Amino acid sequence: MYNEIVMAGFGGQGVLLIGKLLAYAGMKAGREVTWMPSYGPEMRGGTCNCTVVLSDRPIGSPISKRPHGLVVLNLPSLDKFEDAVRPGGVIVVNTSLINRLPRRSDVAVVPVAANEVAMEVGTGKAANMVALGAFLGAAGLVDVAAVSTVLEETFAARPKLVGINKEALRRGFEIGQEHAAVAAAG
Amino acid sequence: MAKKLMKGCEAIGEAAVQAGCRLFFGYPITPQNEIPEYMSARMPMVGGTFVQAESEVAASNMLYGAAGAGCRVFTSSSSPGISLMMEGLSYIAGAELPVVIINIMRGGPGLGGILPSQSDYFQATKGGGHGDYRALVLAPSTVQEAADLVQDAFDLADRYRNPVLVLGDGLIGQMMEPVEFKRSVKPEELPEKPWATTGCAGRKPNVINSLFLDPEKLEAHNWALHAKYLEMAKKEKRHETYQVDDGCDVLVVAYGTVARITKTAIDQAKERGLRLGLFRPITLFPYPSEALWAAAEKSKAVLVSELSTGQMVEDVRAVVAGRRPVGFYGRVGGMVMGPDELLDEAEKLLRTGA
Repeated sequence: MYNEIVMAGFGGQGVLLIGKLLAYAGMKAGREVTWMPSYGPEMRGGTCNCTVVLSDRPIGSPISKRPHGLVVLNLPSLDKFEDAVRPGGVIVVNTSLINRLPRRSDVAVVPVAANEVAMEVGTGKAANMVALGAFLGAAGLVDVAAVSTVLEETFAARPKLVGINKEALRRGFEIGQEHAAVAAAG
Repeated sequence: MAKKLMKGCEAIGEAAVQAGCRLFFGYPITPQNEIPEYMSARMPMVGGTFVQAESEVAASNMLYGAAGAGCRVFTSSSSPGISLMMEGLSYIAGAELPVVIINIMRGGPGLGGILPSQSDYFQATKGGGHGDYRALVLAPSTVQEAADLVQDAFDLADRYRNPVLVLGDGLIGQMMEPVEFKRSVKPEELPEKPWATTGCAGRKPNVINSLFLDPEKLEAHNWALHAKYLEMAKKEKRHETYQVDDGCDVLVVAYGTVARITKTAIDQAKERGLRLGLFRPITLFPYPSEALWAAAEKSKAVLVSELSTGQMVEDVRAVVAGRRPVGFYGRVGGMVMGPDELLDEAEKLLRTGA
């Protein structure tokens, strides 16, 4: 088992956070993990990304030039990373803010209106959790319940946020699972 | 202690605390600001002191004073800031004081950039400041190793009464990996330092000094320092090898971040029918020369890869001494090579013989 996942969006959308949750849950499941942020001279509203590697063996490079999975929350991120994804990989696209689908036909595409779903749950700020849930639903990799537990620990100091974020994660997970089921049925 | 997911910079800070260090003096600079940030919160919890100095020059002289008083003390900075600390570091080496310095390297020269680089190898391993001295230099390639080596760095600094430099880059500093702290020591458990200036009531005064106006005394001092570096070379060399035991087509020599990328390349090399191995120096000074040759001897060629235009390659060439072709591949300016680039370079080296 070896998986590289890139998560990208605007600064402030919480892509670093969902990457951390994924890495943390992977670690708790006994996997080797790395989490590497982009740390260029960037600002809120600029582009931002992180790479998570999950593996059964010690991890070499924590940087990915050919990720297996991609979660994009805005259009510049899709433009930047779409071509890099390995054939057979998974791309989760936030259709709330991205007005096109990936051109690739050799990857599994999971469109999810992350902001709208998050608004239904209670706040558009949880769009990142919807996208993470959708990725887990489609790609498996890490048990969604484990991510949910890590989320509780991460937000321990702000218990009000736990419920909304867990619900956003769950809703995203269902969308991802449905998509995977439809794709499997051909 | 259970494993925690931590950034390299945070793990370095916690490792210093677990090593019984209670003093941090520094000045902010990207990409290592998480170290002073962590220390500013953590030191008050353990009765320690965090000082944001007015400059790196001041911080390095605070180190000098605290180490002279017998305290475990450390600082962290990144390349331009480390250059500013070099005056203090030279005095510290001259006065034979134990300090730990973390350099999370960034691209240069001058202000350069903030992305990963290994362009301070010469400065780190060949002295750095003025005068004929050396710092012991440790180069971690994982967050766990960064934590372990920082703890070791304090012990080594005390053992040799010498500055120990931990050399990382933005990738090691910014990356999160699982880490656990295997040892924990409190300041009061550390061995006494009978040479320290702790107040001389009831004993002869101790003197901390790097000024020797009598040339015969200075010569003796210089040779004594030299003897210390030779002892380090005898006892402290460290390295890691990966996939070299049965010999290889190309032995890649790399440290820190580049060694990680090399491991990925080695795993991919088999698909191309290429046998690659890695030699990773963990001490950059003293350099693990004998072990390097033992690995190089079993290889057809040697490829040195660094995030510089070629610094460590000089030490490798001195060891290999023309007995194998030595090639070089570097990326600079904050650009980091991918595993495929290393594979291409290794194939090219085999075709052309360097």
